[in-house]
Amino acid sequence: MLEYVKSYLTSSQTPGAAGNMFWVLVYILLIFTGLAIAVMLMTWLERKVLAHMQVRLGPMRVGPHGLLQPIADSLKLLLKEDIMPAEADSFIFWIAPFIVVLAAFTVFVVVPFGPTHAITDMNIGILFMLGVSSLSVLGIVMAGWASNSHYPLIGALRSSAQMVSYEVAMGLAVVSAVLMTSLNATGTGTLSMIGIVQAQQAQGEWFIFKFFPLGLIAFFIFAVAMVAETNRAPFDLAEAESELTAGFHTEYSGFRWSLFFLSEYTAMIAVSSIAVTLWLGGWLRPFPNLLNGAIWDKAFSFLPGIAFLFLAAMCFYNTVRMPKHPLFRVQTIGLAVFGVFLGLVGLVLFVPAVSIRVQDIFWFAAKVAGFMYLYIWYRGTFPRYRFDQLMQMGWKVLLPMGLGVLILTASVALLQQKLWHP
Amino acid sequence: MLIGGILVITRKNPVHSALALIVTLLAQASIYLMLYAPFVAGVQIILYAGGIMVLFLFVIMLVSIDRVQKERQFNSQWVVGIIAATALGGLFMAVYTKGKDIFPEHALPMVENDNTQRIATMLYGQYMFAFEIASLLLLVAIIGAVVMAKKKI
Repeated sequence: MLEYVKSYLTSSQTPGAAGNMFWVLVYILLIFTGLAIAVMLMTWLERKVLAHMQVRLGPMRVGPHGLLQPIADSLKLLLKEDIMPAEADSFIFWIAPFIVVLAAFTVFVVVPFGPTHAITDMNIGILFMLGVSSLSVLGIVMAGWASNSHYPLIGALRSSAQMVSYEVAMGLAVVSAVLMTSLNATGTGTLSMIGIVQAQQAQGEWFIFKFFPLGLIAFFIFAVAMVAETNRAPFDLAEAESELTAGFHTEYSGFRWSLFFLSEYTAMIAVSSIAVTLWLGGWLRPFPNLLNGAIWDKAFSFLPGIAFLFLAAMCFYNTVRMPKHPLFRVQTIGLAVFGVFLGLVGLVLFVPAVSIRVQDIFWFAAKVAGFMYLYIWYRGTFPRYRFDQLMQMGWKVLLPMGLGVLILTASVALLQQKLWHP
Repeated sequence: MLIGGILVITRKNPVHSALALIVTLLAQASIYLMLYAPFVAGVQIILYAGGIMVLFLFVIMLVSIDRVQKERQFNSQWVVGIIAATALGGLFMAVYTKGKDIFPEHALPMVENDNTQRIATMLYGQYMFAFEIASLLLLVAIIGAVVMAKKKI
């Protein structure tokens, strides 16, 4: 048994490519668990970061610094009454959150956490991700329809019109990034996610810096389109219509609503993974080319452990700052235990055997976490777009920019091939 | 795919029919996968299931519901329908029995790794004219839609 595990740990293929069902299932379970934890962390982080941006504290009561708030939220949502509107189409009402969750989670089959750390590596990886994430639009339209009231219907149609229009801009930005993978000896690019990161590794620079400023503009187009695609601020007219009129998930309560919520955060993580893979070098550590060599590799390999030790140090510092009152004793002990746990994880990450395997996953997750912070930052900073301004920006600004970037990238790539490799 | 197709034509509610059509199109994508064409399967999901069907659903949902439910469903052309289906079935059987040599004996060993590259080479090389004509057709459709929807030209 141990030899089986060990023999797998040094394989050079993803489990899907190796046809190994057991490890595929293990990876699926790991990714699903990781996503669930990430989503719960995101709900807590969003409330805390928004609160700190608005000069207040956020949840502080439920656990130490509100750390148990996501658990309280999910318990509340599970225990709420499950209402179905009387005249609603019950089959569609039931299946709509199912489709949205399915579309959001199936995308993670091809997300590359490392050169062998993906469930599988399709040779149409990026196409699969774009396609399956566009299936969630159908779930939203069905949710609006099945609620059998005009406010959710119009909210759903608006939201899906927004998502469809920004998918075009996303697609153009993705195409211009995939174009950059073909600048190798054979002149053949690849659509596979792992292949795109390996192309960045071979060309020695992240695609965001390639053909400056074309890579940056393509990244900018994708960054804006991905925020609009996931219905997040400042493009959240469908979601905040819950405060103005009503959104597509008005009639959903309890667990069904939490499925929509879960799939929204998962879709955010999914499109951030696309952005990280295509432009920010996936699992590559920062400065793969400028600071190369064994010493810099070793120095950067200490960073995962240092990051977790830093988090543990913050936990301990806040433990010391907790109010010294007998009612706070449990929270203080809880925070200290959490700090010890994080410190242990950090120490384990210093062991070279673990560090080599886990490093790729850490860098990928750190970059996606940066994007999540940007999402929350946008929500706290920007006012909401009106719907006609939103559609105008999608079609009249981002689409021509995307086409221009594509044409310019293709021309510069052709020039480079002709001049430097005649 | 067959179940999806049958559900499309037998459902009273047009939204249910549209959903069955989505299931049919996804099954079509998996048939493309089985034919070693992963690029076509991916594009089918993006464009058909994720784009065209959304717009279908827009139109279905914005058309008034009462009128649809009030229309009496009829099938008074069942004689012609059975004749046409029998003719088509006979045609299929004739092709299958008489033209056995056009079907290959075993599954062809097709390569799927470079499906995207080969489609690109053929589409932009050999079939460039058809590509440009198709895009011209789409341009005509867009202009027609704008002309029909504008209040004043």
